[in-house]
Amino acid sequence: MIKFKNSEITPENVYKNRRSFIKSIGLSASSLAISTIPFVNKSLASGRDKLTSYKDITTYNNYYEFGTSKSDPYRNSKTFKTTPWEISIEGEVEKPIKLSMEEISEMFVSEERIYRLRCVEGWSMVIPWMGFSLSELLSKVNPTNKAKFVEFESVYDPAQMKGQRYPVLNWPYNEGLRIDEAMHPLTTVVTGLYGKKLPNQNGAPLRIFIPWKYGFKSAKAIVKIKFVQKMPTSSWMWASPREYGFYSNVNPNVNHPRWSQATERIIGEGVWAPRIKTLMFNGYGDEVASLYTGMDLKKYF
Amino acid sequence: MQKYLKPSVFILSTIPFLVILYKIFLNKLGPEPVKEITHFTGEWTLIFLCLTLSMSPLKRITNLSVWVSFRRTLGLFVFFYATLHLLTYVGLDYRFDWQPILDDVVKKKYIFIGFAAWLLLIPLAITSSKKMAKLLKNNWKKLHRLVYIIAIFGSLHYIWLSKTIFFKPLIYFIMIIVLLAFRIKIKNRNVNYG
Repeated sequence: MIKFKNSEITPENVYKNRRSFIKSIGLSASSLAISTIPFVNKSLASGRDKLTSYKDITTYNNYYEFGTSKSDPYRNSKTFKTTPWEISIEGEVEKPIKLSMEEISEMFVSEERIYRLRCVEGWSMVIPWMGFSLSELLSKVNPTNKAKFVEFESVYDPAQMKGQRYPVLNWPYNEGLRIDEAMHPLTTVVTGLYGKKLPNQNGAPLRIFIPWKYGFKSAKAIVKIKFVQKMPTSSWMWASPREYGFYSNVNPNVNHPRWSQATERIIGEGVWAPRIKTLMFNGYGDEVASLYTGMDLKKYF
Repeated sequence: MQKYLKPSVFILSTIPFLVILYKIFLNKLGPEPVKEITHFTGEWTLIFLCLTLSMSPLKRITNLSVWVSFRRTLGLFVFFYATLHLLTYVGLDYRFDWQPILDDVVKKKYIFIGFAAWLLLIPLAITSSKKMAKLLKNNWKKLHRLVYIIAIFGSLHYIWLSKTIFFKPLIYFIMIIVLLAFRIKIKNRNVNYG
């Protein structure tokens, strides 16, 4: 009898997603050739859906408000105060509202949502977030028909946030989505991870998470959500429009000017683990590809 | 005393290599170990480049010719760490998957210039022996001036790959410019230090 190693058998979820995977890597000869290299397939089966450790998720962060090194947020956010906290939803809406964190946790039930996080720098994690769909929160206000985009503003508090004392980015951190992206059920308001309260270095008390976009699109420590008419200029677009576009969908076919986006490294896999192929829309193409029908994603990167 | 100096320089130069081996095998490289190794070997290449370029200015400042005798050892360690850096990228990171590597070399200017710098190091490493120096005579000196271009390439490689020039890429750039400026002065005075 032939024996198989566990790692050689495709797990059920990968098996079920094989169509979206094949679709997402495109049918070009080169990418098919790469996908037949055995180590790429093997690691696809093992690493892509394995939860990243709590330690790595909470000690390896890009959160420039607390410093530009990835170990800075853990070190510099320990005394950050998240109570009291209020979020204002305003702009092109019929009735702007302000909600405290207490009110938010009473109004919405957080559930566990396991999503992949793909950083624009070429690494990825799998994170068991706690949260609910942003659409639930946004349904509390009625946007006017002028509203086309949603803008997220993070907290500005240089007294508590060391990094904001330097003009690394134009503070406060600013991000945005098109309304249909914001209303998509995958777009999540995050309140916790690994069943615990959200740690400060991960964006406490409340952050956004958009699983099919590069990590920087998911703004942390949100204080304001604003409906607007025009496409907002995010902090990273402001810093380098050539490198960071408004959409910033995970896309292995559009390279960052300084590095390839075709592959990624899974955090916590060790020195000898190979890179894995990056999936179109970070593997969420079945859910979100229809948002971009007819759009040239090379142009609107 | 004098005869222990060169072996000591050699042994000291292997320390960064031993440190990274220790970190690899005792798993002390953090969540993104391959990136750590890449950055570590890259930075030590630049450090050895600066050290190599410091020897003839040091000779001039201290009036001691012993400095110049370390130059070959240090220069060969530039090649050693640059090669480790390249191998980390090609072998450990990209598993000799040539398609994306070639893509990078052509499309990314920092990889192009870094790779060019490594290629330019090869003739210097090959002709580093005393025998080759004798064989090539005056051409040897001319050939080994390539190190000035290599230094500029190395520094640009670091600047272009970084999100901002502050502060380390800038520090290395300034150090290399200062070390190269010493050469211009030497030339004007018409003193042959090489």
